[in-house]
Amino acid sequence: MAYDKFTLLRSTAVPLPIENVDTDQIIPARFLKATKREGFGDNLFRDWRYNGDETPKADFVLNNPIYKGKILVGGHNFGSGSSREHAAWAIYDYGFRCVVSSFFADIFKGNSLNIGILPVQVSPEFLDKIFLAIEADPNAEFEVNLEEQKITIVSSGESETFDINGYKKHNMINGFDDIDYLQAMKGEIKEFEAERIY
Amino acid sequence: MSNQANTLFDKVWDAHVVRKIADGPDVFFIDRHFIHEVTSPVAFLGLESRNIGVMYSERTFATADHNTPTINQHLPVADPLSANQLKALETNSLKYGISHWGLGHARNGIVHVVGPENGITLPGMTIVCGDSHTSTHGAFGAIAFGIGTSEVEMVLSSQCIMQPKPKKMRVNVVGELGKGVTPKDVTLYIISKLTTAGATGYFVEYAGEVFEKMSMEGRMTVCNMSIEMGARGGMIAPDETTFAYINGRDQAPKGEKWDNALAYWKTLKTDEGAVFDKEYTFDAADIEPMITYGTNPGMGQGISRNIPTSEQVEGGKSTYDKSLAYMGFHENESMLGKKIDYVFIGSCTNGRIEDFRAFASIVKGRKKADNVTAWVVPGSHIVEAQIKEEGILDILTEAGFELRQPGCSACLAMNDDKIPAGKYAVSTSNRNFEGRQGPGARTLLASPLVAAAAAVTGVVTDPRDLL
Repeated sequence: MAYDKFTLLRSTAVPLPIENVDTDQIIPARFLKATKREGFGDNLFRDWRYNGDETPKADFVLNNPIYKGKILVGGHNFGSGSSREHAAWAIYDYGFRCVVSSFFADIFKGNSLNIGILPVQVSPEFLDKIFLAIEADPNAEFEVNLEEQKITIVSSGESETFDINGYKKHNMINGFDDIDYLQAMKGEIKEFEAERIY
Repeated sequence: MSNQANTLFDKVWDAHVVRKIADGPDVFFIDRHFIHEVTSPVAFLGLESRNIGVMYSERTFATADHNTPTINQHLPVADPLSANQLKALETNSLKYGISHWGLGHARNGIVHVVGPENGITLPGMTIVCGDSHTSTHGAFGAIAFGIGTSEVEMVLSSQCIMQPKPKKMRVNVVGELGKGVTPKDVTLYIISKLTTAGATGYFVEYAGEVFEKMSMEGRMTVCNMSIEMGARGGMIAPDETTFAYINGRDQAPKGEKWDNALAYWKTLKTDEGAVFDKEYTFDAADIEPMITYGTNPGMGQGISRNIPTSEQVEGGKSTYDKSLAYMGFHENESMLGKKIDYVFIGSCTNGRIEDFRAFASIVKGRKKADNVTAWVVPGSHIVEAQIKEEGILDILTEAGFELRQPGCSACLAMNDDKIPAGKYAVSTSNRNFEGRQGPGARTLLASPLVAAAAAVTGVVTDPRDLL
């Protein structure tokens, strides 16, 4: 699935300071019945976002108009649980391009990178600074520079670098995906397959 | 390389690397790809939009499980969205020549149950599926893990994914398990010690006497739950127990192929002196029947203990308080005696024959509690047949339980088997996340023995008192 190239993102951010946010919260299983990748953003955090009668829960951050932006800031161990890529689709479809946390679950991180969301892992101390900056000013801006692998709190100028492997970084900057890469090496895969014992 | 001490994981991983990318992932070859109706349709759409096909259809196996009803499977599926996904799986399988065990097929069942029971899962393989509990197959000494839909598309189109090699962890459990302590308790105990993020970035090998003595069903339960501590997967070295389980199964190697396979499988163990990035050792004597009290699988404890206070657990107090508020529990309360409403036995974690034998061992001669609705759901038609053949169905029926038809059922409640909001369910499945078993549902994860004890008493009960 092609996605938008990611180079530099400057945006306000939406704070979700909860630990162990699992993919069942990001998108509950009952919304996984589609056969097309469309409309998942409407159900992002469905049960935290809406009451049983479909009215928005006033105290949930996505329903608070003072918080907006393309960056979602989550607590430690973001994206644990199910391998459903639908969770990453929902975040992307809602309009986020970057998720910041002090720790990501493995499969969620991989799924995000595969569909064009940049997972930025920062230290717990820097994560606290980000939450404090948003608390002080909901319009606080953050700059995510993928080329330099750096996230900056614009108002204070404080920044931290983050890790990403070189191959994935190259893909995101250029909007390439793994299937393009794998299709180009089919001959090599065929030779490998021919030697398999199973 | 030859005189270097390698782990089991290294041996299987390194044998599947097609190409190493500098500062990037490995191009990793996949022997077996399981697909189901939920995470595959968009991958097939992707193939179509790129105008590419399936590279090795004989390496892919489709089964319907997440959306399937557990009653009246002979009737059309009532939910049009579920029916549509099931139809898409069937259509795509037919179009690309993929073996498809849909509803009504004699071998249909949960993907992680039918793979092993039909001899599709073998030691030394790499196995993926768009489902995090693919780690189950690691019980055979395979590298097996869950993938996202983009990766499903990769495997369909190239039989490979792009995967950085995880770090290595070994978890040893030594000594003897006590009475009433099952493989589910072992895994819930390990997760409670390591937390839900404790093994993130690692692939786990389980070692030690407890796993050596464990049945294949038990090993599958343990490997199944590896993902719940963040691990990509878990694995156990194949041994005589493994070989005996595989021998004679439908798609297992036969004759000379069996002999050759067996010779290879016997090399699949961690060499003396091989180094792990992290290692833990636990004493089996410290494990009692477990139960969870919170909203992630790491929030579990011995059934006789009181719920810890926020000072006793890692992580933020607000997150902990939110979790207990959702569950309607309080710090320092006892779990024993808590009234429950539902019991669910089944899922890819505990939907195998051994689990129903354990459940029946407590149910036998007792009656289902009046306040309990029980969903007894075999993992496959083959398990269903065993339940009937072994007389387990008679025990269940006499006690007032009804057997349902195979599928994922209330584990993730994509079908009609939803626990109502606010109700308490003791479940043998793998996740107790908020709303996992239906919006507002409250899930207590436990073993089949604990589930049976709750089903016959109507409250959280120590199964050791009933054995």
